[in-house]
Amino acid sequence: MTALPPPFADWFATRGWTVHPHQQEMLERAHEPATLMIAPTGGGKTLAGFLPTLIELAEGRHDGLHTLYVSPLKALAADIRRNLTTPVTEMGLPIRIEDRTGDSSATTRRRQRADPPHILLTTPESLALLISYEDAPRIFAGLQRIVVDEIHALAESKRGDQLMLALSRLQAMVPGLRRVGLSATVEDPAAIAAFLARHPDPCGILFADPGPDPDIAMLETDAAPPWAGGGGRYAVPAVLDQVARHRTTLIFHNTRAQAELFFHEVWLQNEGALPIGIHHGALSREQRTRVEAAMVAGQLRAIVCTGSLDLGIDWGDVDLVIQIGAPKNVKRLVQRIGRANHRYNAPSKALLVPANRFEVVECLAALEAVKARDLDGEPRGPGPRDVLCQHILIRAASGPFRADDLFAEVTSAGSYASLGRADFDACLDFVATGGYALRRYDQWQRLMQVDGLWRLRDPRGTQRIRQNIGTIMDTDLVKVRLKNRRGGMPLGEVEEGFAATLSPGDTFLIGGEIVRYENLREMVVEVTRRPEKPPRIATFMGTKFATSTQLSQRILEMFRQDDWPELPPATRDWLRLQRARSRLPQADRLLVESFPFGGRAFTCVYGFAGRNAMQTLGLLVTARMEAEGLDPLGFVATDYATLIWGLRALEDPAPLFSGPDLRAGFETWLAGNAVMKRTFKQVAVISGLIDRQTRGQRKSGRQAAFSADILYDTLRKYDPDHLLLEITRQEALRGLVDFGRIEEMLARVSGRIDHVRCDRPTPLAAPLFLEAGRVPVEGAGTERLLATEAQRLMDAAGLEIDPAEAGRRWRAPF
Amino acid sequence: MNALDFDFAGERLTARGTGALWWAARRCLVVADLHLGKAERFARKGRAQLPPYEIADTLARLLGEIKELGPEIVVALGDSFDDDAARDALSAAERAELADLVGGRRWVWIAGNHDPGGSDPGGETVESCEETVESCELGRIVFRHIATPCGVGEVSGHYHPKLGLGLGGKRVSRRCFVTNGARLILPAFGTFTGGLDCTAPPIRAVMGDQARAILTGPHPCMVPVPRLARA
Repeated sequence: MTALPPPFADWFATRGWTVHPHQQEMLERAHEPATLMIAPTGGGKTLAGFLPTLIELAEGRHDGLHTLYVSPLKALAADIRRNLTTPVTEMGLPIRIEDRTGDSSATTRRRQRADPPHILLTTPESLALLISYEDAPRIFAGLQRIVVDEIHALAESKRGDQLMLALSRLQAMVPGLRRVGLSATVEDPAAIAAFLARHPDPCGILFADPGPDPDIAMLETDAAPPWAGGGGRYAVPAVLDQVARHRTTLIFHNTRAQAELFFHEVWLQNEGALPIGIHHGALSREQRTRVEAAMVAGQLRAIVCTGSLDLGIDWGDVDLVIQIGAPKNVKRLVQRIGRANHRYNAPSKALLVPANRFEVVECLAALEAVKARDLDGEPRGPGPRDVLCQHILIRAASGPFRADDLFAEVTSAGSYASLGRADFDACLDFVATGGYALRRYDQWQRLMQVDGLWRLRDPRGTQRIRQNIGTIMDTDLVKVRLKNRRGGMPLGEVEEGFAATLSPGDTFLIGGEIVRYENLREMVVEVTRRPEKPPRIATFMGTKFATSTQLSQRILEMFRQDDWPELPPATRDWLRLQRARSRLPQADRLLVESFPFGGRAFTCVYGFAGRNAMQTLGLLVTARMEAEGLDPLGFVATDYATLIWGLRALEDPAPLFSGPDLRAGFETWLAGNAVMKRTFKQVAVISGLIDRQTRGQRKSGRQAAFSADILYDTLRKYDPDHLLLEITRQEALRGLVDFGRIEEMLARVSGRIDHVRCDRPTPLAAPLFLEAGRVPVEGAGTERLLATEAQRLMDAAGLEIDPAEAGRRWRAPF
Repeated sequence: MNALDFDFAGERLTARGTGALWWAARRCLVVADLHLGKAERFARKGRAQLPPYEIADTLARLLGEIKELGPEIVVALGDSFDDDAARDALSAAERAELADLVGGRRWVWIAGNHDPGGSDPGGETVESCEETVESCELGRIVFRHIATPCGVGEVSGHYHPKLGLGLGGKRVSRRCFVTNGARLILPAFGTFTGGLDCTAPPIRAVMGDQARAILTGPHPCMVPVPRLARA
């Protein structure tokens, strides 16, 4: 066993600490090329990761950079610097620790390049920037270890892929580099290990004691949950009661808009005047910092928050986590629960609050999954090629390279290990020439091959490359600030699309305050405080998560029971009634109900494929219904069902759900879809086709050079096989379109469709009538809306539509 | 193709859904800001390698208008080429295609800020009836590249106006014509052209507070330009 060197042993002893088994284990494995540690929050995870570094540096014989620490959050880097500085100072170790993020000053960053510290704490984007410099090999010479914190979170996005490509570059510069990943509990540790390690190196996995089982239950409320909705407002009194009985409570919501609404309601009902704050990603940094500081100082009894608090910044003394709304995903729930009690070996306490009656079932299923330690998750797809294109540009910025060398490097990253040479070459060709079928830019290539080495045609291109580094997209947000003579206090951000729908006088919620839209000035929304007015809801970007496949399966399992004594009476009666009137959905069959209501023919499809896939299914099925003359008018989708309404009743659902037909319809539909255009824009920015728009550029109010939508349409028309279209399609399938889960549903039911006809809405379908987010089926719908709106605006303005307009004639029928 | 008729400077004009302007009485077709060769210029300047199909697409749409309407005069309101070098970089096929369009009718190129050197695409097939001018008058209407603050009966381009409308939660943004009765600004016709919202100060400065926009698209429609409270 590796013993702790004296200063460390003494330091642990003076603190009355003993080395945790996983910290000791980390020391034993210090020389392995890659190690993944799975540990719950708390429990000295970070110290475990750094202990080998501190020991190696303690003797003061290492010159230059020794360990690189990468975390997904800037704040985490700063937090870790403070936490590490304590033992280093107390032990008097000769170790220099600095952080480097987008917030670091230019002077600091220049100095760090010339004279790197022993331990550098940074983010994937800052690291990508570092390796783009020509002197990167000098900066990283001597690098021994890299510690990737919260790797489970990074692995969920393209940021992780970018980081691993950067590591492949680093490893080529310093072959002996050892990698350590720190992760929260995940469903497939082996997948994260493969993601972390240099392919095909082995990667040991080390499990810290997960601690005792969490104390988790559904919150009991006097009022029964409503039939539909996601806000959990009915539970505010019970939640406030819990807050009063605990030291510090985190109240998680699935979306920012729900967090805002809930916080507003809490504020109205908070008779005990408990200090409660709000924290989410759309709030301004000033606002968030203030809440974080109050939290650390123990001044807050509760924080209403979203995923922005999911990652492990260690603050405050949280003893209760409340999850409002079904958690949608068991893994995220477990990670959130871990936020309660950051003390090793104390059980975390959590309460689930179903937002509506169906979610009661979902919460119960989630509770059972947590007890069974049965986590869910989608397998990681192959490394995205737009990120690879950006990496090729970064590589070119740092100096000339050979294609063979770079190919060998990138395929040593786990997620690119299966990348074919042809795919790599296509990315290289795209970066060099644009990759168009019409080879027009031979004269103006971005990269040129000279003597077998690829290099930038114009070396000044490095600046543009560096400005565009990163895979995070935040350009569609506009700032909101209070209007006053001296600039005004920043409150946060809203989606540009939402800002565009506001008129002066409209009210919305942000940071728990009701504000009135005054005007838009240089891309900043100016508002005033209006507490007396009822708010419109801000449609924040916060992701709407779909219920995971595994959780959906558990719900379907529960439906097979004869009765549900574990459910509250209201929900239990509801399911019994559904079974009496129609039937309950089953995993291996597709239940389709038809019934009339309010002069419309309704069809309800219980696909249990998650919100995004059910939405896509709604679009595809209504298109088929339109073709069959069923005159569909609209639909609404939830995680478990799609409700469609139209003029004619459905006679035979089977043809609507034939796999080949759905797939064919999907291809056509996908092409013109807005989701595709949005996805394309992101792909085009990440791959370096178009520049990332900075706030400064948008603020200047200059006309945009061109829109990504036009590029998309042009490529579709003239170059349909272009690399970027291929990448876009692949992305859309997995993300918002989620056709993969429709395929999974089709396979699971394999043609077994139960069509139940009723004379009225069925119990399970009834809540869908209350769901927000109805989608109209549009033929010429947009044009009609536009004509109506134009007339209304002209009327309102007291203007006449041009006289000839009276006898308005369309030149061609449509 | 759908279109909207309106009166301007005592003349009956037609705003085409494509963004072109048709003056039936004079059999005159007007287009603004073709920006031919923009993709080439971006590549040349090392800014981006955009899909190199923009010239083909713009010319194909222009040809569609010419075929449908059979104009005797075509006026291109300037910035027809993205810069003078882009004009020289046209491929032989593109030159021939452009020459075909220009041939057999009077064709007026107004010089723009992007193509001050004139827009003569060169080549022997181009007929002599084309001309490059700073401005051009036909009856009561004057064509120029950039609107003047007090022009009357003035038709121009340059600003690439567009307008966004909220339709019950759905946002629609389209290229548009803008007019205040005295001046008319056309949307950009070129494929790779962005837009400037017609509530933006530069357009407001020439249009005042009473402007109307005609949105392009399958069914052009007229709306008042919103008066956003701007500080």
